[in-house]
Amino acid sequence: MNQVQTTELRRQEAAGDAQAARVPAVEVHDLSVAYQKRPVIWGIDFQIPAGKLVGLVGPNGAGKSTLLKAILGLVPPASGWVKIFGRPYDAQRRRLGYVPQRESVDWDFPTSVFDVVLMGRYGHLGLFRRPGKADREMAWECLRRVGMADFAHRQISQLSGGQQQRVFLARALAQDADIYFMDEPLAGVDAATEHAILELLGVLRDQGKTVVVVHHDLQTVSAYFDWVLLLNMRLVACGPTKDVFTPENLQKTYGGRLTVLAHTAHTVSPA
Amino acid sequence: MDSYSATIVATGAVVAGACGFVGNFLVLRRMALLGDAISHSVLLGVVLAFLITGDRGIGPMFAGAAVFGLLTAVMVQALGRGGVAEDAAVGVTFTAFFALGVVLLTLYAGRVHLDLEHVLYGEIAYVPWDTIEVGGISLGPRALWTMGAVFLLNLAAVGLFYKEFKICSFDPEMAAALGIPVAFFHYVLMALVSLTTVAAFESVGAVLAVAMLIAPGATAYLLTHRLGWMLGLSVVCGAASAVLGYGMAAWLDVSISGAMAAAAGLLFALALLFSPSQGVVVKRLRRRRVGLRKEDVLQ
Repeated sequence: MNQVQTTELRRQEAAGDAQAARVPAVEVHDLSVAYQKRPVIWGIDFQIPAGKLVGLVGPNGAGKSTLLKAILGLVPPASGWVKIFGRPYDAQRRRLGYVPQRESVDWDFPTSVFDVVLMGRYGHLGLFRRPGKADREMAWECLRRVGMADFAHRQISQLSGGQQQRVFLARALAQDADIYFMDEPLAGVDAATEHAILELLGVLRDQGKTVVVVHHDLQTVSAYFDWVLLLNMRLVACGPTKDVFTPENLQKTYGGRLTVLAHTAHTVSPA
Repeated sequence: MDSYSATIVATGAVVAGACGFVGNFLVLRRMALLGDAISHSVLLGVVLAFLITGDRGIGPMFAGAAVFGLLTAVMVQALGRGGVAEDAAVGVTFTAFFALGVVLLTLYAGRVHLDLEHVLYGEIAYVPWDTIEVGGISLGPRALWTMGAVFLLNLAAVGLFYKEFKICSFDPEMAAALGIPVAFFHYVLMALVSLTTVAAFESVGAVLAVAMLIAPGATAYLLTHRLGWMLGLSVVCGAASAVLGYGMAAWLDVSISGAMAAAAGLLFALALLFSPSQGVVVKRLRRRRVGLRKEDVLQ
């Protein structure tokens, strides 16, 4: 059986599992987060079915990163709850992969590309245990999948922005998760890297994984994602791209910023 | 080298090793000043521990120091969450604690036989005469034993939780997403810093303790691109500062602690200038070489 058939089979199996159980990959109910009493996201309700490549879209300050962090349990919610495959976050931690914003870490930190990718395995190790041979092999495999194996022993400060992004992606792959949350993985990368990353996300989706991506370029949303979340403090819409990514919803999401809308209106909902 | 000199150099090296080892993580997390702050705040803990227990023994003193070291870290975090800039939070917290310590110390000066001079400027030169004796047999200087124990404790803690300390320093958000208790390891580090500084404080004085907390780590940071190497190199740099400082003190007949701290600063300056990868001189040379090549091309 070739690779394509295998992945197709895995996808069908995964989709079948999810459908049989009718459990959404992510279920968020009445989720609010406030920083020093100022609400950042408010009363968010949505469900994402398993096996979707999801774009999380909204203007600057809409709370996109905060929503991801709240789902991952990194910021305490003011209200509401989150379920991952029908269970609370704490019980599902190992099924989640995370790609933080590239700027969130110090790239001068004294460590190598390989060591950063290996960090993706830490969640599976627990206290005291060091990464073993299987973990190291997996880290190598993940580096190969993002095309960074030749850079394994580089100091991380010697990487370009696109290469840093690939390293973070490899680290998330090393988490061996069922759902991935990625905060702007396409920000500041060149066209070649964007294509490589997107192809990889497609492969993950085809394997039945759910991938949620914070995305900024409205022009590419229809082409890249099969499911869209529109956010501006409150949830504007959540659903299949062709139903939800409409000029009316964009108007609601971006409010008065019509220059953006005028520019992208013709790329939206080609049907 | 006579046994007096050897004891002092050995103590200096062990202090440098213990301080430098935990100091690396302060440098990497850009919290170098928090180490400075903690090393001052512990004074209040030491004084309070004495006033409460009336015991000048090492146990209550360490406990008091550890509590106030942690309290400093907690206060800085709480003020930061309340909207105070972090450097201001550090500055306010440690000066308040330190000042309160000084006030209490002078208020109860009659009852407290703590030598402020000694606590603040403690002198490594007296180390060889303060020995531990068991059954009439001298086991060597107390400071060497204390600092040795603290060094081993730091080594064990970092050794056991190496990957946790590493990821919590590099990417705390990812660490939290992986289920690693980031806050817990933050306070473990703060407790180690408190314990280490108060032990170093008491043995060799504040100047050397604070210098050794940051300078060796900062020097090692310039010399390597790997965390493991950085940890090892910081210990080597610290030990080298002790040897170099003692030589300088003997030559110029000055304070040994001061000379050792100055030597640590000197090594840092050398690394800043001549580090093979990041040194100022090397970068300048490289640029000149590139410039020459361009001229060749132009001709």
